[in-house]
Amino acid sequence: MVFVEDVYLFYVFKIYSCKVNVVFEIRWHGRGGMGAVTAADITASAAIKAGYYALAFPEFGAERRGAPVTAYTRIDERVIYDRSPIEEPDAVVVLDPTMITSPRVLAGIKDGGYLIVNTAKDPKQVVEEVGLKGRKLTVATVDATDLAMKVFNLPIVNTAMVGALISTTKLLPLDRVLEVVNEKFSGRIASLNAQLIKQAYELVKVVKHE
Amino acid sequence: MSKSLPSWRELPIGAVILQPGSTVRYKTHEWRTLRPVINQDKCIRCRLCWAYCPEGTILELDKPYTTKAGKVYNITYEVNYDYCKGCGVCAYECPVKAIEMVPEVR
Amino acid sequence: MKHKVPLSGNSAVAYAVKAMDVDVVSAYPITPQTTIVEKIAEFVANGELDAKVIHVESEHSALSAAVGASATGARIFTASSSQGIALMYEIMFIASSMRLPIVMTIATRALSAPINIWNDHSDFMAVSDTGWVMMMAENNQEAHDDVVLAYRIAEDPRVLLPVATALDGFFMTHTIEPIEVISREEGLEFAPKKKTWYTLDPDNPVTMGALGDPNWYFEFKKQQYEALKNSRTVFDEAVKEFEKKFGRSYGPVEYFGNEDAEVVLVAMGHVSGNIKAFIEKTSAGNVGLLRVKLYRPFPEDLIVKHLENAEIVGVIDRALVPGSPYGGPLYSDVIVTLSKNNLSKKVVDFIAGLGGRPVTLGHIKNIVEKLEELKLKPQKDLPKEPLFVGVRE
Repeated sequence: MVFVEDVYLFYVFKIYSCKVNVVFEIRWHGRGGMGAVTAADITASAAIKAGYYALAFPEFGAERRGAPVTAYTRIDERVIYDRSPIEEPDAVVVLDPTMITSPRVLAGIKDGGYLIVNTAKDPKQVVEEVGLKGRKLTVATVDATDLAMKVFNLPIVNTAMVGALISTTKLLPLDRVLEVVNEKFSGRIASLNAQLIKQAYELVKVVKHE
Repeated sequence: MSKSLPSWRELPIGAVILQPGSTVRYKTHEWRTLRPVINQDKCIRCRLCWAYCPEGTILELDKPYTTKAGKVYNITYEVNYDYCKGCGVCAYECPVKAIEMVPEVR
Repeated sequence: MKHKVPLSGNSAVAYAVKAMDVDVVSAYPITPQTTIVEKIAEFVANGELDAKVIHVESEHSALSAAVGASATGARIFTASSSQGIALMYEIMFIASSMRLPIVMTIATRALSAPINIWNDHSDFMAVSDTGWVMMMAENNQEAHDDVVLAYRIAEDPRVLLPVATALDGFFMTHTIEPIEVISREEGLEFAPKKKTWYTLDPDNPVTMGALGDPNWYFEFKKQQYEALKNSRTVFDEAVKEFEKKFGRSYGPVEYFGNEDAEVVLVAMGHVSGNIKAFIEKTSAGNVGLLRVKLYRPFPEDLIVKHLENAEIVGVIDRALVPGSPYGGPLYSDVIVTLSKNNLSKKVVDFIAGLGGRPVTLGHIKNIVEKLEELKLKPQKDLPKEPLFVGVRE
């Protein structure tokens, strides 16, 4: 069930998965209020619009502003049965730069996977800081906080990080994500979020760490 | 077990009672050990017994009555003894103590 | 193929309520159910659904209002979770005994204490003896479809009983998934609004909720017993027609995996999905899954059919009955069913995932390995108590 316009994801699958049942799993780390759950939701919704099967679910807690929040997006070509938390993600997206050294954040990322961080730092600096010795990862950074402050005057970085994710992984076409954003938000909020996604999509810096 | 009552197959479901007003058939006078008796000469027709009766068994009748003292009333209060349970609230509330509770003799 | 939209489990339920053109919704908020009724209130506020939303002061009142409204002949919906379901307990018996076709969705959640808002089946299992038709979904599409099926079954003159549909709290209620939404037109064609039950009507007065003394009460219980038993026929007809109309097929149970599997797991709710994923991922030809969808009336015939040839059966219970001879409620249903049918099977009970603890593919692997090991032992050596999966010793 792969649509012509969505060869992106299929391409990613071919490279990183040799299983017949291809699946792409994303784990989102943020703090309450940054919108990690909504980011997981937007990504899954865009995938569903593109004809895939997808699940998005938070690591269910009583979310409080500032407390660590984990959310998950699982995308597949076929029906997804597995609803258990993602332990070996293809991509980890970190919404809060102070979290990148946490062992929970880095746990289980697949070889050849992605680490996408909201930070002003260069991806190379992140590689050094995190200590990715012996791990094969694509590391990407974007200063989403700065972009969000300029657009909203609020550090809500989730939509920018969705832009960074799809730009780095070529997981889904940008148009599908913008479509979801336009449905989910209305008026000015929708257009500001769309603007933010496009900026992050353009500005994300990527380094392949071998 | 009562043979004359209907089987579970015959009863309307959910214990719904389909005939309206079926409680009329259930005469509750057997519950009574004391019966209220209204002294028509003492009664001032204030209607309080009628208002207090929880079962609506005080009847207000268009029946003229002349007391021994010569006072004429157009109405008379009587008790519906088919349903009065003999609770005595009428006698208790009567401001002139015109209702007496007398032992029921069957 | 119809267009699929991304919806959370709770939104999926709310869309189904809209498709059923429900007249009255009475509910009290509780996590993880709250967003079902929030979404319905949004539909009503936007004029997309012409219904009365009654904000009550407790779940006891929510179901009481539902009973009253249903008695007038309106189509009713309510939803709750956990402590809310516990508070409804008293009225659940009244709804089923008065034979009112109320539909309720249970967003399953653990019961306190300690306070826990996460998922297990404690609430669902605690009300399984209240005389309701009860079913549990595995995914959000099914949770959506179940509400539509529920009205069709509840209002069938051969049934006239309340129906509870269930979906797992958070694992489904708050999970976004692609859904084919049933429209109002399609929904009402499948489950048309008809007054099939006795209602309070001034022109045609009846008495409801009267006293049933020892001369009468017993007969109504027998009626209720027969009606719940016979609802299975109506369920079977409903799912058959549902498949014809919507192309999605459901049954009282679902079997997944190799039919000749020696090890069969019995489970309910979202964990069944995790087991399917395990079977697919490991290509475990020796493992099968029997998912119970229709819990009341319990589909005994199909339990027997699918477990008859199993060497060993593992029941995964997500609720616990302390002090009982069985431990888990689903296990007791399976054991009784097999024993009634003279099938002497090795059946082991596993208590898993209480209070929202995820049942991972790793846990399922451990369960399967344990069953493979116990398979070789004589029946008398099987554990006499349930095995707790993933609890810290």
